[in-house]
Amino acid sequence: MKKLLRVCATAGVIAASAAALSAQLSVPELLFDSNPDLLKFPADIHMGEAAGVATNSQGDIFLYTRTGNPHIVIGTSRAVSHGGSRLFQFDRTGKFVREIGGGTYGMLQAQQVRVDPQDNVWIVDQMSTQVIKFDANGRVQMILSRKPEAMRVPALPLTPLPTGIPIVQAAPPAPPAPTAGAAPAANAPLPGAGAEGESFQRPTDVAWDAGGNIYVADGYGNARIAKYEPSGKYIKSWGSRGTAPGQFNIVHGIAVDAQGNVYAADEGNRRVQVFDANGTFKKQFLNVGTPTALCITPGPRQFLYVAHSGDPDGMEDAAIYKVDLDGKIVGKFGRAGKLPKEFGLVNSIDCRSENELLIGELSNWRVQKLTLRAAR
Amino acid sequence: MRRGARVVAVVLLVVACCAWGAGRLSAQSKAKAENVPLISFTSVPNFFKLPPDLYFGEGIGIATNSKGHVFVYTRSGDTRLFEFDEKGNYLKEWGVGLYGLEFAHGVRVDREDNVWVVDEGTNMVIKFNPDGRVAMVLGRRPEPVAGAFDSTMPAAPAEKYRFGRPTDVTWDAQGNIFVSDGYVNSRVVKYDKNGRFVKSVGIRGSQPSQLNTPHSITSDEQGNIYVGDRGNARVQVFDNDLTLRAIYDNVGNPWAVCVSPGPHQYLFVSNSNPDSNPAASWAITGEIYKMELDGTIVGKFGKAGKGLGEFSTVHAIDCRNANELYVVEISAWRAQKILLNPQQPPQSVAR
Repeated sequence: MKKLLRVCATAGVIAASAAALSAQLSVPELLFDSNPDLLKFPADIHMGEAAGVATNSQGDIFLYTRTGNPHIVIGTSRAVSHGGSRLFQFDRTGKFVREIGGGTYGMLQAQQVRVDPQDNVWIVDQMSTQVIKFDANGRVQMILSRKPEAMRVPALPLTPLPTGIPIVQAAPPAPPAPTAGAAPAANAPLPGAGAEGESFQRPTDVAWDAGGNIYVADGYGNARIAKYEPSGKYIKSWGSRGTAPGQFNIVHGIAVDAQGNVYAADEGNRRVQVFDANGTFKKQFLNVGTPTALCITPGPRQFLYVAHSGDPDGMEDAAIYKVDLDGKIVGKFGRAGKLPKEFGLVNSIDCRSENELLIGELSNWRVQKLTLRAAR
Repeated sequence: MRRGARVVAVVLLVVACCAWGAGRLSAQSKAKAENVPLISFTSVPNFFKLPPDLYFGEGIGIATNSKGHVFVYTRSGDTRLFEFDEKGNYLKEWGVGLYGLEFAHGVRVDREDNVWVVDEGTNMVIKFNPDGRVAMVLGRRPEPVAGAFDSTMPAAPAEKYRFGRPTDVTWDAQGNIFVSDGYVNSRVVKYDKNGRFVKSVGIRGSQPSQLNTPHSITSDEQGNIYVGDRGNARVQVFDNDLTLRAIYDNVGNPWAVCVSPGPHQYLFVSNSNPDSNPAASWAITGEIYKMELDGTIVGKFGKAGKGLGEFSTVHAIDCRNANELYVVEISAWRAQKILLNPQQPPQSVAR
């Protein structure tokens, strides 16, 4: 009976889209192994949610994790926030090397870490709304955006996404100051387009092109991608909240290929959008589930890895897709859960090596090193 | 004038306390059981030896591992987890700076000596392996970016993998995990040993299988689950599939429950005196019951109070050894080692 139902359902899907079905059925399962215990911590240091993981050219591993106790202070004029996330460095074998940026002002809720071609380490913090660039020695080199002076208390209401994942609403924009007799501006900014410059609203990720230009995915509160010169000077931004091409509903990850095309994980719209370096929409991939993290491999033939998280707890629907840059799926691997080779809300993928990935998981407080086996 | 103001303030304070205390007291009840034999016991003085710079705060969770080491989960300046050896010597602190430790509610040790903490501040259940590293987490701390949550009564139906101020955890012989959840949710949730949801029972209420602050949970060798349904003044016993088997409603409001191991298992239940000790509460609360698993009362011991061998809001009991118990107390900021003397003939008391 169950089988019959499945056949019927399948027939329905065929009727709906034969082409999509054939693509779906042909997705091969890629074989892989996991080392869930690569990173070795000192006795008194624990990782929490593994928001970001990345490697540099030497194979050193950087982990930006939500750990410790994020707190606001009472007895002050406003709810001043402190702590909650830490950035750690390990060598390629997983041995702990050091902490970077301990006690700095902007490390509240880790969202991502990425390493640029010059081995600078960039972190993205969702709550401080900042992107912070550390050089290879661990010193601050550049700051994008500014931490809000005070935390909003009580909490903003949670709104479920179409996927069921509850998200925090963006703070409602302040109403414009009324001007007597003035009609609404014809060119009022679109919702989610954000302010020109650096005022991020819960940003999620950062990437660079070959020229060193900086792209920031921004994010939960805004719905845009912002582009900066290598010096940090603002160039432009694109996108607003919505479902049309070029619009976003939580742009949750970003990566740039060797040609300078920009790939954005549009989580709420369950697609990856591809833009040229000027933000012109080129194409979209609708076959990668709910993308929560992505990564592009280096080398002459580049691939895109996309983490799919289909439920809010990482216990029912998850996988990682390997996709070529035209959007053709090479294969997928993994499933939701807490065991090795299972994924609990993958928030970060490092794919400096095409067949040796590092993934950071939120709900499992874990980094797994995944080794893809050669195809049989 | 100044004195007058102070008197008024004191009067107001007394009125407020009485009103509040009366409200609290109504949630606490005298046990229905009568003519219960008294079990004699002693409390080991100064058993726990803390370094000079460490202090217990509110005693919230206590548990022993197979070596007899004692884990105390306490609301100190921060919530902290301490390990002592079997003689009460301080060994080390666990989970320093952990993302999941914020407001202690329970600690338990499973059959493989993994140490589990239940934290009602972060809504998480965290499994440490015996080396003190995190092996698994259940539930998810609300993201800090969301700000401070109102954690009063719930609205939404409970979700499979999210807790609402969970209270305690236990396991069966197969490693299935049972979480009492809690102050905001009102249910018991069963997960398999890999953390995958199996089923749950309970909504807020006073009917059989409903719960009103399931505050403590334990299990026997057959995999039956004993839930301290504190607000309903009863222990509810469920089978392994969470079907109700029995209700024991004669031992007051169960703050803490524990089942001893071995061929003859006993159930211990604490009818703890309410925190903040409302007037007259000491007369009717504070004792711990020793019961057969079928609910037959063997005896009771202890009474409310602040002295050695008295109990000041017992919040958890460890009974790995049925004659050598450990208790932690909220209001006294302490833990005690209790030696029961079963060889002495029980004496009955009239109350």
